[in-house]
Order: sequence, then structure tokens, then C-alpha cells
Amino acid sequence: MEIPYTINARPDTGLYNAKLGIWLFLASEVMLFGGLFSAYILLRVSQPPGGWPHGWLDVRLGTVNTLLLALSAITTLLAWAACKVREFGKFKFFHACTILLALTFLGIKSYEYHDKWIHYEIQLTNGKIADGHLLEKSADFDLAKKTGTVTLHGREVENHSELMDLRSPEAQSAKLDEMTIAAADIKKMENYGPRHNTFTAIYFTLTGLHALHIFGGTLVIFYLWGPGSKLYKTDPERFTNRIEVSGLFWHFVDLVWIFLFPVLYLT
Amino acid sequence: MSELKTAKPHDAPLTGESEPHAHAVNLNSYIRLCAVVFVVVLCTTAAMIATSFAHIGAGNDWTLKVALILSIAVVNAFLVAGYLMHLLSEKKLVYTVLIFTVFFFIGLVGLTMWAMHDFPPGTASH
Repeated sequence: MEIPYTINARPDTGLYNAKLGIWLFLASEVMLFGGLFSAYILLRVSQPPGGWPHGWLDVRLGTVNTLLLALSAITTLLAWAACKVREFGKFKFFHACTILLALTFLGIKSYEYHDKWIHYEIQLTNGKIADGHLLEKSADFDLAKKTGTVTLHGREVENHSELMDLRSPEAQSAKLDEMTIAAADIKKMENYGPRHNTFTAIYFTLTGLHALHIFGGTLVIFYLWGPGSKLYKTDPERFTNRIEVSGLFWHFVDLVWIFLFPVLYLT
Repeated sequence: MSELKTAKPHDAPLTGESEPHAHAVNLNSYIRLCAVVFVVVLCTTAAMIATSFAHIGAGNDWTLKVALILSIAVVNAFLVAGYLMHLLSEKKLVYTVLIFTVFFFIGLVGLTMWAMHDFPPGTASH
């Protein structure tokens, strides 16, 4: 059975079915991310003065990821345009670029997650706080039994508020040292994972969901670049429409990042 | 919209305006367009970063900075949606879908903000 309107537009909608379908799907995606952005606004505005962190994320990595996604949006569009003018070789090239850029984006995101995972805030029994990246845990380290030591690369501060604004001149000029702390001196030890505070919770939720979209989009693009490209030989126009639909999804993912980057990294 | 509900897609003929004619494609002109869009995206990204690190307003006011940065992000988003997603030259139905989306999105964010200080009687406000 032939599926109707995979190539030509329906007279009543003016669109082929997949295109209408992807726009409806994107509308639902706007609401999904909209809910999370609302949560972000609510959480941020509800914070007392000085309660929202600044400078916790690496702007350089965020900028590189922004440019990678912008470039991948362009290569996706060019892949579609190449299909339209029946230049299959160029389509393959542009879509391969998209896949590589997407994988690089995910690689950088993974690095950022790992960086947060090994970043610890340790409340000491003397009331001070040690903050830094974990270098080593001794083999016998056990916080419950109070045995062993941990080594951090970071700094010691008097109170928690000093850790909130890492863009402040004091934080910028702080000297980072290697510190070895005995388990017996540790009151509480927690990494910068999602449960660390409100900021890390919403950061991991928003960027995690976005990264899942990137991953899913990459799988689809890879399929269309690889085994799915067989369709080009038998039905190039239908294949081109598939590229357009997947491209619309990819541009939406780029759009979401355009707001995630300033909201999380720059403000 | 009512036509959409009553239409019989499987019986309907494979006719109608074809998408190939909707967007005439010239690969070189697309490459030029993309180059321009990318340069503008570079500039807007740089502008957002510069605004973020600049000392703006009384006491380096974050509210003003956030407003400025998000305004630049909207320009960036317009470029991607308008040119890369072809939203500047789309069909009416797509605009209709998006108008509904914007309406509900504003409702979602607006109602959430509106309810922010709506604590039940007898509970602490913070």
C-alpha cells in the first residue's frame, strides 16, 4: 500500500504529512522545555540574594558547544539543499560533518559532567569548607568509619557564600592548592552532582534532556546518512523530505541551546 | 482546520503543491546564506558573552544583564528559526500551530510566575 502525501503536499494543509507531524511534535517539545524553563525561572527568582551561583560553568566550553551546534545546524541545512539539487556526494559530506559536530558536542558535555562529578564541597569539622576537584582517595578511605584520606585540588573557605560567585575578584584571585584531608576531619562530603543544590539540579535536568535530544537526533541523522540513504536511489524526493524533517528537529535542538547557554553559563 | 479533520487521506489524490516548488534551491546561494547566518551567530554569541562580563547598571545589576543577554539570544533564535528553519516563508498552518504554541507557552510561564508568591495561609513565605 502506498502511503499518501510523503512527497506532495496535502491540498488542505499545504504540507506533506511528515512536515505537519514534525511541527506538531516540535510544538509539544516547546511545552516540554517551556515547563522546565518555567521551573528554572521560579527556582532562580525564589532564591535569596546571593543564593544563586555565578561562574560555576566554564564559559569557554559552553561557547565552543554553541558554535558547534550552530555549525551543525548549517551543515544540516546544506545536506538538505544538496539533496534538493541531487548532489548525493555533497549530502553525504555535509551530514557526516553534522554527525561529527554532534558527537563533539556530546563529548564536551560529557567532560563538563565529569568535571562536576569529581568536584567536591567538603564541610570540615572545624567549620571551614574545602572545595575542589578530587585527585585521589586513599585505598582505606571510608567516611562512615572515618578512615583514610582524600586529596583535593582547590581551596579552603570560611563560609559557603564565598563559593557562590566564582566571578568575584576574591574568587578569581584565590590560590588553588593540593590539600589532603583526613576522613576524621570531614563532617559532610558531597560532589557537584544534581542533588548538590537547586542550580546543579536544574542544570543537569535541562542539559541532560537537551543532550538526550542531541543523542536521539544524531541516531536519526546517522541512520539517514548510512543505511537509510538507500531510499535516495529509489525515491530521492521522499528521502529529501526525510532530511528536511530531521533537519527541523535538529534546528529546534539548536534553538533550545541558544537559550540554555546564556541562561546557565552567562547569567 | 475543519477540512483537515474531515479529509480522507487514503482516498485523496496525490496532488497539491509540491514542496520542491515551495523552496527553490540553489546550493551556492544556500552556502552564502549559511555563511552570513554563522557570522551573525558568532557576533551575537560574542555580544552575549561581553554583556555577561561587563559591569552594567548600579552594582553590576544581574536583572539588567539577564534582560540584555536574553534579548540578544532572541535575535539569535530568530535567525535560526527564520532562515535555517525557513519560518519566514512557511505555510499558514505552521504559523497557526506556532501561534497556539506561543499562546500556551506564555500561559505556562506566566501562570507559574503569577502563582510564585501564592502560599497557602499559615505557611511560611520562604
